[in-house]
Parts: sequence; structure tokens; C-alpha cells
Amino acid sequence: MAFELSPERLALFEELLPRYPTAQALTIPLLHICQEQNGYITPEIVAFVAKRLGLSTADVQGVVTFYTLFQQKPTGRNVVWVCRTLSCELMGARSIQHHLEETLGIHAGETTEDGEFTLLTAECLAACGQGPMIQLNDEYHENLTPEGVDKLIAAARLKKDARCKATHGPIGIRSRASK
Amino acid sequence: MPVENPRILTKNYATPESWTLAAYEKGGGYQALRKALEMTPQQLVDEVKAANLRGRGGAGFPAGLKWSFLKPNPEKPNYIAVNADEGEPGTFKDRTLMELDPHRCIEGFIISALALNVHHVYCYVRGELVLSIRRLEQAVREARAKGYLGEKVLGRDHPLDIIIHAGAGAYICGEETSLLNSLEGLRGEPRLKPPFPAIVGAFGAPTIVNNLETLATIPTIVEMGGENFSKLSRLHHMKDGGVRLYGVSGPVKTPGVYEAPVGITLNELIHDLGGGMRDGLKIKAVVPGGSSTPVLRPGDKVHAPDPKDPLHAWHGKDHLDVPMGVDTMRGLGTMLGTCCAIVVDDQTSMVRVAENLMLFYAHESCGQCTPCREGCAWMARLCRKFAAGTATAEDLDTLGDVANNIMGNTICALGDGAAMPMLGILKLFRHEFEAAIGKKPPHIGERAA
Ligand SMILES: Cc1cc2nc3c(=O)[nH]c(=O)nc-3n(C[C@H](O)[C@H](O)[C@H](O)COP(=O)(O)O)c2cc1C
Ligand code: SF4
Ligand code: FES
Repeated sequence: MAFELSPERLALFEELLPRYPTAQALTIPLLHICQEQNGYITPEIVAFVAKRLGLSTADVQGVVTFYTLFQQKPTGRNVVWVCRTLSCELMGARSIQHHLEETLGIHAGETTEDGEFTLLTAECLAACGQGPMIQLNDEYHENLTPEGVDKLIAAARLKKDARCKATHGPIGIRSRASK
Repeated sequence: MPVENPRILTKNYATPESWTLAAYEKGGGYQALRKALEMTPQQLVDEVKAANLRGRGGAGFPAGLKWSFLKPNPEKPNYIAVNADEGEPGTFKDRTLMELDPHRCIEGFIISALALNVHHVYCYVRGELVLSIRRLEQAVREARAKGYLGEKVLGRDHPLDIIIHAGAGAYICGEETSLLNSLEGLRGEPRLKPPFPAIVGAFGAPTIVNNLETLATIPTIVEMGGENFSKLSRLHHMKDGGVRLYGVSGPVKTPGVYEAPVGITLNELIHDLGGGMRDGLKIKAVVPGGSSTPVLRPGDKVHAPDPKDPLHAWHGKDHLDVPMGVDTMRGLGTMLGTCCAIVVDDQTSMVRVAENLMLFYAHESCGQCTPCREGCAWMARLCRKFAAGTATAEDLDTLGDVANNIMGNTICALGDGAAMPMLGILKLFRHEFEAAIGKKPPHIGERAA
């Protein structure tokens, strides 16, 4: 079945269109909008984006495969990215990853059988001073301990409105005045 | 000397709801824009030159000079592309500006647009930084409603739109020409230079690409004047001006982002700002400015007996006691980079550090150039072998050869950015690789302590 965007999302796209000199520049923004609606990018979405922007499906598919944030198969209801890069690893990211793998019963790159969680490793997420850290859907969680991870996983299971929105929570910036 | 605490870039960080227009205006926000509206574009460029503002994205290129290279094309508009792709491992400073002071960023973009005769600013933000994107978008909406941008800029006939453009997960898109391709809706593969973006950039038009922090500094420069800003630096005399954001991560007591003058030392960053090492650990090595910058080692001394050597003033001093500046760090054989240091403790295996970093580059190479694509994967495989204890003496030579073969043979600087830290680690810590032949080093985090 052909893919269609919801009217609100279509309006979002149409608001963006005149702000760029070419339609092709909308490739990534439109893919984001589609993925936000559908959870992952399907061949129908690729065809939809290509048609909307006057591109070939090969152009769009080439973009989809280049960028790690575009999922090409269904993910779990929650996606957990665990940063594996140096600053976080120095602060214990490996044990956080192992703890997640044990708790969820999957390896990084896999989805739990009940479809609740996908676990992925990430490269440096620009939270290096607050490692170890994970990104759970849209939210960063920093300075983690295994107990902290357990709480986050339990809370995510209960939160049924999938793909949560970022909050205005504390983000671990230290100001020298408050030190 | 105690580290000065200028609180300019970070002055709003501790304010409640600092990201709102109301909070920003209360702290004096958008006054610099009013001042800029009374200046000519040339005067603005001159102030940025006088500020000795070196780009905060990693290469340290003088911002004013870059601006003066913009070559208007009669058939095309000029653009600004803001680089907020923050992805260099160890770097987490731009995110604080976007999350905690997005209006400072927006004000900087508006003033820069006036200086460069730009009507569309594209701010390319790393896609993972959802909160940053939301805060910037909110700031654009607020600024437009208040008349700071839109059809006019505070009544001046200068139509201006600022577009917050989310990336989609690819470190390479931080490289400026890759960023431009990505912005145009292409795969994020770097372009050959020349032509440079200031001549042919976004959509074939002249484009200035600057790091987000570079542009967020502009309001302060306009407010206090370029020269006064430059003098806040300890390296004003080396044309490396002002204040900037520093980061420190790894096993220090208070890791985080701090503001300080240009030219504090790594020891000051680690001990005075970062609180020193935790748990009685000692410093083994410091990655001074993001993962692409070669490591420094405490105990190594500056050798610059020649008075003409830019490092002569620090002859005989420890490498970690040299001021952090674009040219001083280059003199030490490394780079200032993003000014965000990663501290490695004495319990950590440098083989494991190299393994961690080379896996990063192998994952992030865009694959266009053979030496980078094959070389990064090869370095990662060899580091893996050393980490597994299965490497041979021959592998050690191969590792150095592979790194050397990447240097200078690629389209963009990612290849060198992988090879340089590899060579740096091999130079200072070759003995750890030798010791790892037949003996697997401990994982990072499994500290003996
Ligand atoms: C592989 C690679 C990644 C880069 N990533 C970033 C980045 O995330 N942010 C950034 O501002 N500059 C990054 N740069 C540097 C940019 O190419 C460019 O020099 C910079 O945006 C110029 O801005 P500035 O002069 O204000 O520093 C990267 C360079 C390379 C080679
Ligand atoms: S050096 Fe590496 S990342 Fe840069 S263009 Fe070549 S292959 Fe791509
Ligand atoms: S290394 Fe994990 S966020 Fe940077």
C-alpha cells in the first residue's frame, strides 16, 4: 500500500519546503518526518519521498543507507543506544552494556522477543563528561549505574505512549559558580 | 595563577529556564544585535578580525580571515552553514550552548548574517541531539515573533530565516564539505577542495561554514569590541584570542564543560577545573582536543632552546604545563582540536584505548578513498589483535605502516584524524603494544585499583 503522511506532518513538510532553494534538500527532513510517523523506513516511504521531491528512489535509498539514524527494519517499541566510545568506556560503559544485555536477554543489535526493546551501541553522543550514558528513545540519561539502568528500563516498560518526547531535565552541565 | 572565571559564554547557564527569550533578554540578550545594526558589514568583519577568534570546530582557522574570503557570486545568494554536528569523540561543548543558551546562538547567527549579507542561515545539528534541536527551534520561533528575524531584522530591511536542520547520524557530516552535501540531501561524502565553500559552498553558492561556538561568541565580540575580547586570552600575543569552552572527561573528579580564557594549561584544566584524578589514579596520557588529536604524556618536557621557536617561552616545561592554543599545541606535535580533553589514567591499557578509537574511525569512514576505508578497518583489526593478545611483532610494524600510508592520501581530514592519534600512541606507548604480544591487556574499566 502506498505510504501517506498524516495531515499535521504533511503541513510540517510544506512549511519547510520554501525555506530551502532545492526540493532535494528536504530529503533528510522528510525522511525524519516519515520515520517519526512509521517507526522505520520502508520501500513505500522511499518511493513516497522520491515522488514528493522529484528524485529517483535510488537517490533516496542511497541517503537512507548512509545515515545510522534511519532504521530499515522495525525496531522495538523502545530503542536504547549505549555509548561505547572512549570517554564513556573509561567510566564503565562496558559494564553498563553488559548489564543491559543481561537484563534484556539480548545482545547489542537485537530486539527483545516481546518487541519492547532494541539495544544498539552508539558512537560518542556528545555527553562525554557525564559517562557512562545511554540514549533511551529521545532522552539522554547520564552518569549511569546498573541500578539506574534498571529503573529506566522498568519505567520505559510502563510508559505505553511509545517514543517519548525529550524533557527539560537536568543535563549535567557543571557551572563553576555552583561547584 | 588561578584560572580566571570570565563567565561570558556561560553567564546564563545557571539561570532558571535559561533557554527562553525572556531569560536571555533579562541578561542583556539581543543588545549586541542592536549595536551591530549601527555598524557596517565591514566594521563587523573587522571586529571579528581584531578579536583573533580562532574557529572552535577543530582546525582553529581565524574566523575573521575566513569571513573575508567570502566571494559573492552575482547569480547566487550567500549562505551561512552552522556546524553543530558535534561528533568528535570527547567533545560535548556545543551541546551546552544549544541546550542552555540557544538565543546566544541565534543572536550570533543574526549578527553574522548581517556581516556577510546572508538571508538564509542553515544550522546543521547532529540528529541525536533532540533537546538541542527543540531548544534552537523554539528560540527561532521566539526570535521571529519578537522581530529579531523574519521579513526584517529589528526594522532593518534585511529578510532573514534561520533553519534548524537535523542530521541523521554520521560523524563525517561534521567535515564541512560533507555537511554541505548532507544539507543538499545527498550522502554525506566530502568534496574535493578547492573550490572552498567560501567560493562554492551550499547549493553552489558562496558559503561560510563555522562551528556553532565560533558564532555564539560573536555577540560578545560586538558587545565588548574585538580587541578587548582578544585580550581576555592568555595568548592574545599569539593572535589566539578571547575565552572559549573547555571540556574534560575521563576519571577526573568533576568532569564537565567549563569556560576559561584561551591558553590555560592541560594541568589547569584537569586539576583546577576537573578537580584532579579520582580514586588516587594518576594521569597516563591526555587526548588534548578530541579523539583525532595525538596524545600527550605527563613528564615529557618541551625542547625549544631556539629563541625563535614559538614554544621557547616554555622550554623545559612539562607538556601539560604549556598553554592550550592553536599554535602551541601544534608546536607540541599535536592539535588543540575542539579543546575537550580526555584523560586516560595509569590503570588503563593504551592498546585498549587505540582499539576503542580505531573502531570508531573504521565505523565512520565514508568509504570514498581507499587508504582511509581500508586503512581504518585494518588499523582497527590490528588493534583488536593486540587487544586479544594474538598479535605478532610483525603486526606492530604493519600497524605503523598502515597509518603512515593514510597520511596525506585522502580527500578529507578524517583519514589523517585516524592515523595521527594511532601514530601518536605508537610513538609514546610502543612498549605497551610489545607487551601485548602474547598477553592480552585488561579491558578499559577493569582497573587494577
Ligand atoms: C572528520 C571531521 C569531522 C568534523 N566534525 C566537526 C564537528 O562536528 N563540528 C565542527 O564544528 N567542526 C567539525 N569539523 C571541522 C569542520 O570541517 C570545519 O573546519 C569547521 O566547521 C569550521 O568551523 P570553524 O572555523 O568555526 O572552526 C570536522 C572535520 C573533520 C575532518
Ligand atoms: S578520508 Fe575517509 S572519510 Fe574522508 S572522504 Fe576519504 S574515505 Fe571519506
Ligand atoms: S564518549 Fe560517550 S558521549 Fe562521548
